[in-house]
Amino acid sequence: MTRYVSRRVGLSLIVVAGVIVLTFLISHVIPGDPAVSWAGPHASAAQIAAARAQLGLNLPIWSQILHYFGGILSGDWGVSIRTHRSVLADLGSAVPASVELVGAALIIAALIGIPLGLVSARYVRRWPDQVARFGAVLGVSMPAFWLALIVQIVFSHDLHWFPTAGEYAPSLAYSHPIPHVTGMPVIDGLITLHLAVFWSSLTHLVLPAVVVSSYPLGVVTRMVRAKVLETSEETHTQMIRSLGFSERAVLSQFSLRLAWSPVVQVLALVFAYSLANTFLVEAVFDWPGLGNYAAQSIQSLDIPAIAGVTLFVAMAYVTLNLLVDIAQVFFDPRMRRSL
Amino acid sequence: MSTLVAATLEPSRLARARRWARLNPSLAFGAVAVSLIVLVAVFAPLLAPNPADAGNATHPFVVLQGPSWSHWFGTDQVGRDILTRVMYGARVSPLIAVAVLAVAAVVGVPLGLVAGFFGGVIDDIIMRITDVFLAVPALLLALALVTVLSPTMTSTIVAISVSWWPWYARLVRGEAASIRERRFIESAHALGIPRWRILLRHVLPNAVTPVLVQLSLDFGSVILTASALSFLGLGVQDPVPDWGLMVSEGQIYFTTNWWLVTFPGLAILFCAFAFNILGDGLRDRFDPRQGLGR
Repeated sequence: MTRYVSRRVGLSLIVVAGVIVLTFLISHVIPGDPAVSWAGPHASAAQIAAARAQLGLNLPIWSQILHYFGGILSGDWGVSIRTHRSVLADLGSAVPASVELVGAALIIAALIGIPLGLVSARYVRRWPDQVARFGAVLGVSMPAFWLALIVQIVFSHDLHWFPTAGEYAPSLAYSHPIPHVTGMPVIDGLITLHLAVFWSSLTHLVLPAVVVSSYPLGVVTRMVRAKVLETSEETHTQMIRSLGFSERAVLSQFSLRLAWSPVVQVLALVFAYSLANTFLVEAVFDWPGLGNYAAQSIQSLDIPAIAGVTLFVAMAYVTLNLLVDIAQVFFDPRMRRSL
Repeated sequence: MSTLVAATLEPSRLARARRWARLNPSLAFGAVAVSLIVLVAVFAPLLAPNPADAGNATHPFVVLQGPSWSHWFGTDQVGRDILTRVMYGARVSPLIAVAVLAVAAVVGVPLGLVAGFFGGVIDDIIMRITDVFLAVPALLLALALVTVLSPTMTSTIVAISVSWWPWYARLVRGEAASIRERRFIESAHALGIPRWRILLRHVLPNAVTPVLVQLSLDFGSVILTASALSFLGLGVQDPVPDWGLMVSEGQIYFTTNWWLVTFPGLAILFCAFAFNILGDGLRDRFDPRQGLGR
């Protein structure tokens, strides 16, 4: 067990190191001179040279990589060329917004997708199954940016059910200063009992979260269906059935339990991916998250910021992957034995 | 009675096809829908109401007209027929997807094959590189690359391929590693067949089916990624009738002219849906126990 965990941790560290090198290389092939954009449009040659020295751009490439590594380890992820703030500080305000959005989307996906997958498996090859599968494939085929536009027009512009964009009503920032605990207004508003903030941020969250949930919803539904069907043919399930448990109990209590670990694994990976891949949805709803930050950084060729986002998402992906793998070995006796 | 016997003994071709379609609904629907897309793409010049509108034609007097008998899907901001452009769009995104998947398979399959078959240090090195590329968010990597390469169809293809090949390397590696342990490979070794020959003649053919299934499943995702890049203005540029680009250009007229965004978006959805259903059907048919990750 300890050997397995330490090996997995070691491999993950290698992958993160590889990502650091990769982001460094990408940021070096991006055209445009960061020193020029750092110094501003009217800078003199001397000012640009000074900026180049300050950014360490005049050093040989291997020494720049080492500096880069050292900086990342010591918590210095560089300074954003666009905002002139530290990249880590920028990430600190963007990450909670994304976590709030993607977290809400995954909750929706799990709440709808798991029952849907069970229904699908219970009535396999009959109409409820066909409908659920149709819906699941529709979910994974949905162009999120398009759905975002449609949903925004219909439910906000035409029906006025939900606010158009943003994380909460801007006026609340003056009348009810947002208490900053987690950086997620929905949670902060609730735990500090600022109900006006809570309500406003919840209504702002609904539309983007529903749009982001379409892909994970499809994935979870298909996953639950497949895994439940897989286990329902195994001998222990047949034994439970022969003991007289109802088909419903067999599926929802016994088969679902075995389907948990792949579902959790897939949710964790979708979570890590969605952190940056939802940026089109974030752009449509003007959500101040990681994806929006990444998109703006790319438009202004803000290399330290792009590298920071890439690195953060990669680390989140690797860490979640690692945790899921270890948790599986921890909770699943079959996997533990195979080590 | 005799007619019934005759009917069961010699079912007509149509009846057989119908029975097959009832047993494989996803496969049947997917095949029909995908053929439809291919037909539209191939015969767009014959089917489209106004082929000139696929390029940069302008019709100042019919700008932003709603759906009508003469323009089923309406017209866009310079008066081009949207139905025509949607039909010609079947030549853009699906073509990008074919190219991306070809590159991804050509790069990923040999790497995975070598890693899985030889194992050891080679395996470790290849798989760590694969892991690095898997960990970097695909769209972000594609965005950064398109920024470097300037937006054209080729750079879209390159950018998406770079983040797509690791999935194939990983898939084929798993297959190759399990095939390696099988008896017939062992006997091939015992017969003194050279290793590269075993790899190409015995391991590779057995790893092809899961790759084909995965290719059909990935088609929809690549189309979605490509249209997302075009939507951002980082893919193909204006006169090219790309669906993502059309949604992006129609965005500012959306509150008053809904058809500009709606129809190209539906085309993306239909295309991705068709290929996903087909892939689902293929997987059920050939590979029922394979994981549903991604």
